[in-house]
Amino acid sequence: MERKNMICIVCPIGCHLEVERIDEKVIVTGNQCNRGQAYGIKELTNPTRVLTSTVKVNNAHLSRLPIKTKGGVPKHKISQCIKEINSVELNAPVKLGQVVIKNIQGTGVDVIASRSI
Amino acid sequence: MLNYDIVVIGGGPAGLAAAIEAKKSGIDSILVIDRDRELGGILQQCIHNGFGLHEFKEELTGPEYAERFIEQLKELDIECKLDTMVIDITQDRLIHAINTEDGYMTIQAKAIVLAMGCRERTRGAIAIPGSRPAGIFTAGTAQRYINMEGYMVGKKVFILGSGDIGLIMARRLILEGAEVSAVAEVMPYSGGLTRNIVQCLEDFNIPLLLSHTIVDIKGKDKIEGVVLSKVDSHRKPIAGTEKYFECDTLLLSVGLIPENELSKSAGIEMDPATNGPIVNESMETTVEGIFACGNVVHVHDLVDYVSQESRRAGSNAAKYVKDMLIRNGSTLQARPGDGVGYIVPQIIRTDNLEKNLDLFMRVKNVYSHGKLVIRVDGVPVREIKKKHMAPGEMERIKLDLELLKDKNDSILSVEVEKEVV
Repeated sequence: MERKNMICIVCPIGCHLEVERIDEKVIVTGNQCNRGQAYGIKELTNPTRVLTSTVKVNNAHLSRLPIKTKGGVPKHKISQCIKEINSVELNAPVKLGQVVIKNIQGTGVDVIASRSI
Repeated sequence: MLNYDIVVIGGGPAGLAAAIEAKKSGIDSILVIDRDRELGGILQQCIHNGFGLHEFKEELTGPEYAERFIEQLKELDIECKLDTMVIDITQDRLIHAINTEDGYMTIQAKAIVLAMGCRERTRGAIAIPGSRPAGIFTAGTAQRYINMEGYMVGKKVFILGSGDIGLIMARRLILEGAEVSAVAEVMPYSGGLTRNIVQCLEDFNIPLLLSHTIVDIKGKDKIEGVVLSKVDSHRKPIAGTEKYFECDTLLLSVGLIPENELSKSAGIEMDPATNGPIVNESMETTVEGIFACGNVVHVHDLVDYVSQESRRAGSNAAKYVKDMLIRNGSTLQARPGDGVGYIVPQIIRTDNLEKNLDLFMRVKNVYSHGKLVIRVDGVPVREIKKKHMAPGEMERIKLDLELLKDKNDSILSVEVEKEVV
């Protein structure tokens, strides 16, 4: 059995959740809505985060291009993902939504440019 | 001299939304002026996500949110002058501006929309004692360096102030390889959104020290460390609680101030509670034909609300040009009651409302299970229960026009009442 207190980050209310795993079942209490339940289960079983950062870009009026992961990547892979992101160097022009890294760290998630430059 | 129907000052989210809406309302002669080299304003440096949940029903980053509006501006063929600094605005809507291409110029506008946003409070504004070495930045300046210009600000960072920008920069610095010792906050609660405390601090084990402030800064040429002290309930440092933190960089995230030098020079009346102009239901200031929207009026926590408010300013500026705004008629004054810091708009001319009135406000303290009571001339007209209210989270109330009809020279007030359980 595993038990964890957490604060829901889905909306500004910030419910204090108690998430409990009994055998294969995850029970969430303290949530005021269903989104809190979904968040609680995900946060205990496979917490993920959308990662945003920048990569080096040449021949543009700025030296950094903002990027984001198209979906959540597992929390424990964040530092590896950042390492891979930091190894990328692009040349302008880049279009918004252009794929910068495909399937980062085998997560199945692409990294895309979050602006045109 | 140049002539335009509407001139929008500022090309950030507020200016973009106002200009787009004015064009859609049938005004062709519009000019947007911005002092930066590109449009989008501060959104361009806010590379984190969480923008656009209301506007687009999806989570976007700042640059993505900005780009959607910039694209629309281009499609609508709205004229812009970038790298252009407005020096002065007069009461009769004459704008003095300067750039390297046109030199000094004057622009006559039929209506002006002020959308200059806000700026950060600095070390001087909060009077931190100690020496004055290099290595002290506002959080937003560091954000621009790191996210746009490609400069790292330091390796060992201390953050003062728990506003959203400070929290977001704590996470950003860690991802860029720096060490963040702690975030200190003088108030007993954080000024930022709870979700940011969780995903920016707790995710990376950064301590949040509430009721703490910096009492000394060490280092001669370059910052070497800060002395932190606990504060009592009057925010006064408690002797004997000092603790030294070594750092090479100090970030300040200690609040934002609407940028109103131009508004003041135009003789616009200001609200001391918001530090922004007093506006009416149409987002018009006390100077006829000059409108204002976004963070120049009051500091918002969601850009989505800025866009909404700015569209109202844009469409009403268009109405003004077409002489469609009703100037006399029944008028209410909005006044903050107990527990409420401010209300925007401050003046409500009911004849210009279509069916609803959007009131924006901030409460002064953290309340759980309270309610907002709206009164007209002391008579309660509506109550709204709230599970959670905090100064860091702006409250919005939609009032039905029916409640305000035939009220002239009335006072509309909103106050916080704590629920009796």
